[in-house]
Amino acid sequence: MSALSFAELCERVHARWPAVEAKRSDNGQPFLLVPATELVALVQWLRSDRELRFDALSDLTGYDLMKYPATPPSDAIAVVYVLFSYVQKHKLMLRVLAPRAACVVPSVSFLWPAALYFEREVWDLLGVHFDGHPTLLRIMTPQDWVGHPLRKDYIYPSEYHGVPHLREGQHFEHVPQREGDAVKAAPTAPAAPAKGAPPA
Amino acid sequence: MTIEATTPSGERMILNMGPHHPATHGVLRIVVESDGEVVANCTPDHGYLHRSIEKIGECVEWQMFVPYTDRIDYVCAMNANLAYCVGVEQLLRSDPGTAVQVPFRAECIRVLVAELNRISSHMIAVGAMAMDVGAVTPFLHSIAQREMVNDIFEKLCGQRLTYNYITVGGVAYDLTPGAPDEIASFLNTFEKEMVRFNKLITTNTIFRDRCASVAVVTSDEAIAWGLVGPNLRGSGVDWDLRRDEPYGIYGQLAVRVPFGERFAGRHGAVGDCYDRYIVRLLEVQESVRLCREVLKLLPPPAPKATDQTGGFQADVKKQLARPPKGEMYSRTEAPRGEMGYFIVSDGTKVPYRVRCRTGSFSAAGIFHHVMKGIFLADVVAVIGSFDVVVPEIDR
Amino acid sequence: MTDDPMMNALPGSTKQKAGNQLDEQIHLTAVDEFLAWGKENSLFYLLFATACCGIELMQAGGPRYDLDRLGMIPRATPRQSDLMIIAGTITHKMAERVRLIYQQMTEPRWVVSMGSCANSGGPFSKWSYSVLNGIDKYIPVDIYIPGCPPRPEALIDGVYALRERVRRYRTLGVRETVPHIVASADAAFGCHFGKGGSKQPEEPKA
Repeated sequence: MSALSFAELCERVHARWPAVEAKRSDNGQPFLLVPATELVALVQWLRSDRELRFDALSDLTGYDLMKYPATPPSDAIAVVYVLFSYVQKHKLMLRVLAPRAACVVPSVSFLWPAALYFEREVWDLLGVHFDGHPTLLRIMTPQDWVGHPLRKDYIYPSEYHGVPHLREGQHFEHVPQREGDAVKAAPTAPAAPAKGAPPA
Repeated sequence: MTIEATTPSGERMILNMGPHHPATHGVLRIVVESDGEVVANCTPDHGYLHRSIEKIGECVEWQMFVPYTDRIDYVCAMNANLAYCVGVEQLLRSDPGTAVQVPFRAECIRVLVAELNRISSHMIAVGAMAMDVGAVTPFLHSIAQREMVNDIFEKLCGQRLTYNYITVGGVAYDLTPGAPDEIASFLNTFEKEMVRFNKLITTNTIFRDRCASVAVVTSDEAIAWGLVGPNLRGSGVDWDLRRDEPYGIYGQLAVRVPFGERFAGRHGAVGDCYDRYIVRLLEVQESVRLCREVLKLLPPPAPKATDQTGGFQADVKKQLARPPKGEMYSRTEAPRGEMGYFIVSDGTKVPYRVRCRTGSFSAAGIFHHVMKGIFLADVVAVIGSFDVVVPEIDR
Repeated sequence: MTDDPMMNALPGSTKQKAGNQLDEQIHLTAVDEFLAWGKENSLFYLLFATACCGIELMQAGGPRYDLDRLGMIPRATPRQSDLMIIAGTITHKMAERVRLIYQQMTEPRWVVSMGSCANSGGPFSKWSYSVLNGIDKYIPVDIYIPGCPPRPEALIDGVYALRERVRRYRTLGVRETVPHIVASADAAFGCHFGKGGSKQPEEPKA
């Protein structure tokens, strides 16, 4: 038994799961784009198959595609799974795109208990709801926190429980402008704009 | 020897530990539901030190994020710097136009400081664990050794704790002229001190029996729960990124990997608190050996900083202004285990997303699983044996 | 008692060698001064650390810097401590807890804010959404120590500044509220945050 390359992994996955696309990121990093509906069945197979045996979930994270200069532009949240096999010593990255409006992805915590914490973190910071997670509570921020901070349209709070966030005369530093900001991010004006909040 | 949490009277007491608790290594809160002396259930509560470092990563430039990695794990800041810089360099290498070649001397210095910091980090870990189970003296001995490492680093970069030393493309300053000799003499004295330390606590029967068979994590459990680093190796899994997925010049070094083998003897089990403790001590020995090996490899300094052999920093200003668009997942072996960086770049001088996957986060995730059925007094020993550092959990 | 330098340092002491005569055995001093002398030499601090500065606090209590020699012993419970050293970043989630701990301490109590994060948010003040920019929004602070993190020497400097304040404390007087900021050399160069240059430190020419 030896480690399989990405092409070999793809071959085996494609034979069973034609809906899963093999893709490469802009700098050539390979990953599998998985539809959310097929995720659970796929990872169950990936974990149990004798040749693949992905016994560890190395990382589970995500990022907001809203301002990413992708073609075509998207405002979905990408959930990234890094699988690793301690038996076969190979690695695989999966990706699920969760649309911003209905940000729901099935939970994989029943397979890898490591996902219990990772999914709570992604829920807290990116607002992806993991269907089937036993205790999907915020893990980093307080339970009554508003918003999901790592989303690109997050507006910084001006106060928490009546204590102002900034010192007198202090302002949030302007978050550096990105290329294409003016075109893409039509700032959704908040109802009560936080004082000194960075431009959306 | 796990004890079933039976409830003869059906009554349970809720005990709140933290966030201010001297034994929780920072602001960790654990709500323990106890049935007499036995923990029936426990719920960790995190986020008391959530400093939004990942969000800051999206606001500052590539090089400016290095000081924040110090604060992700301040006990081993050099390794935290290294993890991030290796990640960024791998991202730059994914495009031949921006590839960075780190000078060989810089690579040697990186390994040197990373291993020294591994020593000082594990010294805190084993000392604090001994203190948690009630032995204060070993902690003073271990922290005295940490001071020695701090002295070396202070001469190197002017800081004792948060170094900001390793940068993308090399290190910030060259070694000071006398540094190799100082490091060599430190290693010699340190080895003698370790013999004393082991006599004091490691071979102590009370300490060993206190930790043996407490919170046993089997190898399958450890992998499924995502444990990494010494916690994973303590469960008997022979895996170390320095040997198995080498980065930097670790490929040229012979890294020997210790793993849990029921060190506590017949009362112990593979993957108990004592195994995790011993694995850390063995790793310290290994780090001492690696440091000596690197000192032999260290090329003499060159007058030019960007020299490919004797320089200490490649020029990366151009590359960091226009990094390739895309993403990279890289991982390195920090003292608390695999430190993975998932970095997304949109081609500008500011990262699009920096995600840091840390060992303590997974270690905290397994707490509520391993603590079921152990004695209340062992809770602190378990926290100590997993060696969690709270900002690594909360970030 | 005769050669005890501590007794000679008692406020109001005539610094004469005490003999066997009655008037030589008796020190006349004010109660407050006597209490202050006791307090400043036994500042028990709360073993409380949140972040990076906590390691420096531990090392300050360790064998090299040895806070014990100033009569400072860590206590695990706020009920037994006189001094609270806020070592590290305080987030919004933590701040309420810090106040709770502070309220459990008995008067007279002192607070030292150690490090930039506790002073003003430090490196996290600009872009962080969850860090409280300065613990003084929640509890009164006596001494501010700059640095990221401050060296143990800076902490000890701060402790000496605090001892001055403890000496001035009067049980029935008005509590001093103007904070003291330690301007140690550390503030000038101890924190090289964000510098990240490639310059080599100058070597003294031999």
